[in-house]
Amino acid sequence: MSRKDITSGNWAVAEAMRQINPDVVAAYPITPSTDIPMKFSEFVADGLVDTNLVTVESEHSAISACLAAAVSGARVMTASSANGVALMHEIFPIAASYRAPIVFGLVNRSLGAPINIHCDHSDSMAERDSGWIHIYCEDGQEVYDTMIMAVRIAEHKDVLLPVFVCQDGFITSHCFEPVEFMDDEEVRSFIGERDPLFPLLDIDNPVAYGSLALTDYYFEIKRQQVEAMKHVERVYREVAGEFAKKTGRDYPVVDTYKTDDADHIMVIMSSAAGAAKDTVDRLREKGHKVGCLRIRLFRPFPAKAVVDALKGAKSIAVLDRAASLGAPAPLFTEIKGALYDAGIHIPANTYVYGLGGRDFFPHNAEEAFMDLINNNMSPEERYLGLRE
Amino acid sequence: MSSLKGWKDLPLATTVPASTSEKVQTGQWRSMRPVWNEEECIHCLQCWIQCPDKSIKATPEGKVTGIDYFFCKGCGTCAAVCPKKAIEMRPESEFIEQ
Repeated sequence: MSRKDITSGNWAVAEAMRQINPDVVAAYPITPSTDIPMKFSEFVADGLVDTNLVTVESEHSAISACLAAAVSGARVMTASSANGVALMHEIFPIAASYRAPIVFGLVNRSLGAPINIHCDHSDSMAERDSGWIHIYCEDGQEVYDTMIMAVRIAEHKDVLLPVFVCQDGFITSHCFEPVEFMDDEEVRSFIGERDPLFPLLDIDNPVAYGSLALTDYYFEIKRQQVEAMKHVERVYREVAGEFAKKTGRDYPVVDTYKTDDADHIMVIMSSAAGAAKDTVDRLREKGHKVGCLRIRLFRPFPAKAVVDALKGAKSIAVLDRAASLGAPAPLFTEIKGALYDAGIHIPANTYVYGLGGRDFFPHNAEEAFMDLINNNMSPEERYLGLRE
Repeated sequence: MSSLKGWKDLPLATTVPASTSEKVQTGQWRSMRPVWNEEECIHCLQCWIQCPDKSIKATPEGKVTGIDYFFCKGCGTCAAVCPKKAIEMRPESEFIEQ
């Protein structure tokens, strides 16, 4: 029997980790993801998991220990945020290249400076070319469910890639809300045992990881990673489909809200989609045909699903919780690229919002929607909730 | 380059099977090639003993039979220690196939 409890996004990750019972967790807590290793260490201390919890001296060591354990054949998880994520950066592309299926609870927080502990997506967006799968969650339930699905996606033989399960720092990580948990047994039968491909601990079949490959083989190894990414969407759909059958909770790669007949669509990610959807309802009551497209899978980028959702719109607004200083914002760039490849030209406004945890209110969403409705379109980047 | 594998034929995840450097073609690194003169060789095995990479080929009975160009990096130790100057270091450029 599943059970419902009031919990936070962080505790939902920790509870998923308890049920998954990974072989190794190496972590170095940092705000706002601190609760994840903190809560999980209680489970370890109470003997509720068999996990080897490695308490290291930095995030760089945490992800390095995770990588070594993962290529040894272990099921491995960790969590971090912001500057912790940035310190791990050196190891991220290596983990992807070693095809280490690490599942990572990434709690989005802005990168310094100025020092800021609140949410934006600058930490994970900086890792978008590191070769990891990126999934952005709207609420605690989705975070919990995605952690469990991520194990299956990461470890699938056609994928074998690490996964960031992203949630918004404080907004989702510390907000207490009802979350429905699966049974321990149900989770364990859903994820199964890890069946690693080239575990270092298989001494009858010795392999070396990470040898030097210069002009001769480096390029071919990157091409293999490109291929793995191409399989992700299919595997994602299989796993999400099976999960939906078990739980009734369905998570497509993009979440469409009243987009079918919409003239104007807002594209957004993570928790801010809540305010955007509320605004859609209020503007619909006033007779405006508006909708919201939330991008859940960001890497690999689900271009076809995005185009299918947007192709009928007269104009779109793309909202980024991260800036790409000196170039268009990351999500906006992807959306434009997907539409261009499909031969579709829809006028699009680009908005940056919520940097450093600046609140995103329904009136901010309404401002962007009214630009679309009033045909106030231009290519310049705009800012929501910023003082001039 | 034609003998190198394409991405579909490479093992995944940067792995190298068997975990031995013997199968790694370090001969590609060589700029100078040791050339063995069988007529001059007295099979004293100085080269076999001193080679840091076990690239001198010899029989169990102690007869030198040649040099393993797949593995030899061309350091020149064999030529330096040979009392008969039976090994000569020559530029790899002389051996490029036309």
